[in-house]
Amino acid sequence: MENNVNLKSGEFLVKDVDANSIFIPEEFNEEQKMIAQTCRDFLETEIFPKLDDIDKGDRVLMKGILHKAGELGMLGIAVPEQYNGFGQDFITQMLVAETTGAGYSFSVAYMCHCGIGTMPIMYYGNEEQRQKYVSRLATGELIGSYCLTEPGAGSDANSGKTNAKLSEDGKHYILNGQKMWITNGGFADTQVVFAKVDNDRILSAFIVESNWPGVVIGPDEHKMGIKGSSTVQIYYNDVKVPVENMIGKRGEGFRIALSILHMGRMKLGANVIGAAKQTITDSVKYANERKQFNTHIANFGSIKHKLAQMAIRTYAHESAIYRVSKNVDNLLEQYKAEGCDYGHATIDAISHYAVEDAILKVNGSEMLDYIVDEGVQVHGGMGYSAEMNVERGYRDSRINRIFEGTNEINRLLVVESATKRAMKGEYDLFGPAEELYNSMESISDNTKAGESYFEEKLRYIKNFKKAIILTIYSTNKALGKNLMSEQEVVNNISDMIMDLYIGESLTLRVKKLEGLKGENPILKDIIDVFLYDAANNIRKHAKDAIYSSIEGESAEKLNKAIMILTHVKGVNTKDARRRIADKMIENNEYKF
Amino acid sequence: MKILVCISNVPDTTTKVKFTDGDTKLDTAGIQWVINPWDELSLTRALEIKDDASSGVKSVTVAHVGPVTAEPTIRKALAIGADSAIRVNAEPSDAYFVAAQLAEVVKQEQFDIIMCGIESSDYNGSMVGSMLAEMLNIPSISAVSNLKVENEKPIVTREIDGGKEVVSTSTPFVAIVQKGIAKEPRIAAMRGIMMARSKPIKLYEPVAVDALTSYKKFELPEARPACKFVDAENAKDLIALLQSETKLI
Repeated sequence: MENNVNLKSGEFLVKDVDANSIFIPEEFNEEQKMIAQTCRDFLETEIFPKLDDIDKGDRVLMKGILHKAGELGMLGIAVPEQYNGFGQDFITQMLVAETTGAGYSFSVAYMCHCGIGTMPIMYYGNEEQRQKYVSRLATGELIGSYCLTEPGAGSDANSGKTNAKLSEDGKHYILNGQKMWITNGGFADTQVVFAKVDNDRILSAFIVESNWPGVVIGPDEHKMGIKGSSTVQIYYNDVKVPVENMIGKRGEGFRIALSILHMGRMKLGANVIGAAKQTITDSVKYANERKQFNTHIANFGSIKHKLAQMAIRTYAHESAIYRVSKNVDNLLEQYKAEGCDYGHATIDAISHYAVEDAILKVNGSEMLDYIVDEGVQVHGGMGYSAEMNVERGYRDSRINRIFEGTNEINRLLVVESATKRAMKGEYDLFGPAEELYNSMESISDNTKAGESYFEEKLRYIKNFKKAIILTIYSTNKALGKNLMSEQEVVNNISDMIMDLYIGESLTLRVKKLEGLKGENPILKDIIDVFLYDAANNIRKHAKDAIYSSIEGESAEKLNKAIMILTHVKGVNTKDARRRIADKMIENNEYKF
Repeated sequence: MKILVCISNVPDTTTKVKFTDGDTKLDTAGIQWVINPWDELSLTRALEIKDDASSGVKSVTVAHVGPVTAEPTIRKALAIGADSAIRVNAEPSDAYFVAAQLAEVVKQEQFDIIMCGIESSDYNGSMVGSMLAEMLNIPSISAVSNLKVENEKPIVTREIDGGKEVVSTSTPFVAIVQKGIAKEPRIAAMRGIMMARSKPIKLYEPVAVDALTSYKKFELPEARPACKFVDAENAKDLIALLQSETKLI
């Protein structure tokens, strides 16, 4: 059994993990709970009563709200104390991201400011830049934004055309170009702008102040959702950027942009939990109030199914979020002990978990889209009315699958990062995979007589891991370097890995929790349904990947092995889901 | 000047109340505990007064009668801005017991203004404030909706039927506080949360008090019957319901 904190990114594919070594959200300390409560209180007093006004896109209103958040210290959670922040660990940052995630448009403005608007300067800036900008961004004196995307450069971010030319006197870069989809752009005081110096192939990063001559802010975009968050195009016409405002080194911008996206993905993964829990509670309350055919709709099996499924996905995803947060904290401490400064240690630790952050981004955004969709459905006709928060939530959720790297890009990254790291020798994936491939005909599901509940579930997970590495190995063998261009096959593998990581995190969490606080049968229902569904999903994706890349007898042999490795006992999912839903219906909220 | 705010640790107001031990005890499983809303508003007002330098108020202390499990609630009060806290280490049994413990604290520590929420949202007894004043033999003012302190002189506004009255009093006194005392409870700021770590919580052991009351049984109110709708055009059905179900006619 491996200690989770020692796992490298992607290594969960081949290692069994000790449940006691993972961090679970039931272990938050009093201070962390209090910080979360402050964020919740802020939403209750400053956001929820003003949702309609916020959605009118009033820039002054949103900026004022961010200033109030700054007065409470909410903008400095991740900033060290010497720059007017509170230097909280990564777990706490993720808890804050979760809590504020229930804040609709505010959540996007807030996360943009605290994350991509502030952290590039914090992580990669020099001392003068941190003192001048970060210390004021942390208090809300300045509001930040991040300008990477251009009309011709979206997912292919490095293809941007914005140019920075060194002035003749060597004192300024003259910035010209156009950026789009700039969150907070309408009212931000500072911008982290990516541009190519002269004819460089790679981007550099600059701090630009919005009121400098030549910076032209466009009108707000009319969007499907997050209407209260300002999203604009920004034009740069011969903007003089002092040379001391370059972040990091010339040509380091693309690395900065990608690293910051890793952070953004992790935080987005946490952010969606807050929105999910809010939507589930709204849906449970509505189902408990709405009557049709002389009974509350909460009494109908179809509604229970929806409520339970929403909760299962949320609880499972949350388990993975806090598991990886602790990994980041540990690695960060290790880097600091090795002499790395706080900024670089933090971003390097986050970026290391590239497999996990892509999983959490994709799984979290698709989970929330499922939940808001079913939330609207539970509300029936009222769910389609703009009077209800689920309607807002439905529209606001959709962007999560697009920004911070589209889910299509991130699915590729799950597999690419996991296999690249294995090829670089960070952990051994292909050794055990080859061994498995060569002994495919003697594969068994290793059922043992008299195994305990958790022994059985962890055996399933061990088998899922085998199914995944077998699929990776065999498709790699068949397609070689072409595997990454067969995106459909990569997507299959990516989805298998996601189900595994989320399912394993869920099982380990409940096992640890049972050891700490005793058994909660509802949580075992959540595991039962999740792993039963995961087994079927993994089986289907493995078969799709195999039959799409391998032919003949080999494919049939692999299929047989996959069938064995994804075999799980039958589950009465109907009754299990009903019990999960009934618990929430009784509590009238997302609570077990 | 020193202000003491007495705080209760109560279940979150959205808690679904259940009982155990033959309906003689509250089932505390899964309950989220919070500062009693009236006390939280009192604390907010006390801090606002202290923030105004002309008030002469130098410190705000919170006091709570309860076991160690209540410390997160006390720590929250410190995070909101109280300078220090006192906890009387005892399971509160009734209002008389609590008032007696708080009286002992006030005797030992000496405060000028003692603020109590008019009631607590768990048992809603509305007794502690006036009992405390009686035990200390000091004035008490109830239904306080505003409290100002100008140059160490308290000016109190209280709710009366159909209006308000403004009173002055000597110190020390007990202000028994209504919800209008502050607009919104103050949110604990990050700096307050960090500082709460190092603020002192002084521990008092309880003084012996006669147990005057004990709980025999709790009963939940009967569930409200479902609302029946009668079509506006259908007076006959309405009359039938009024006759057969409500027996009103």
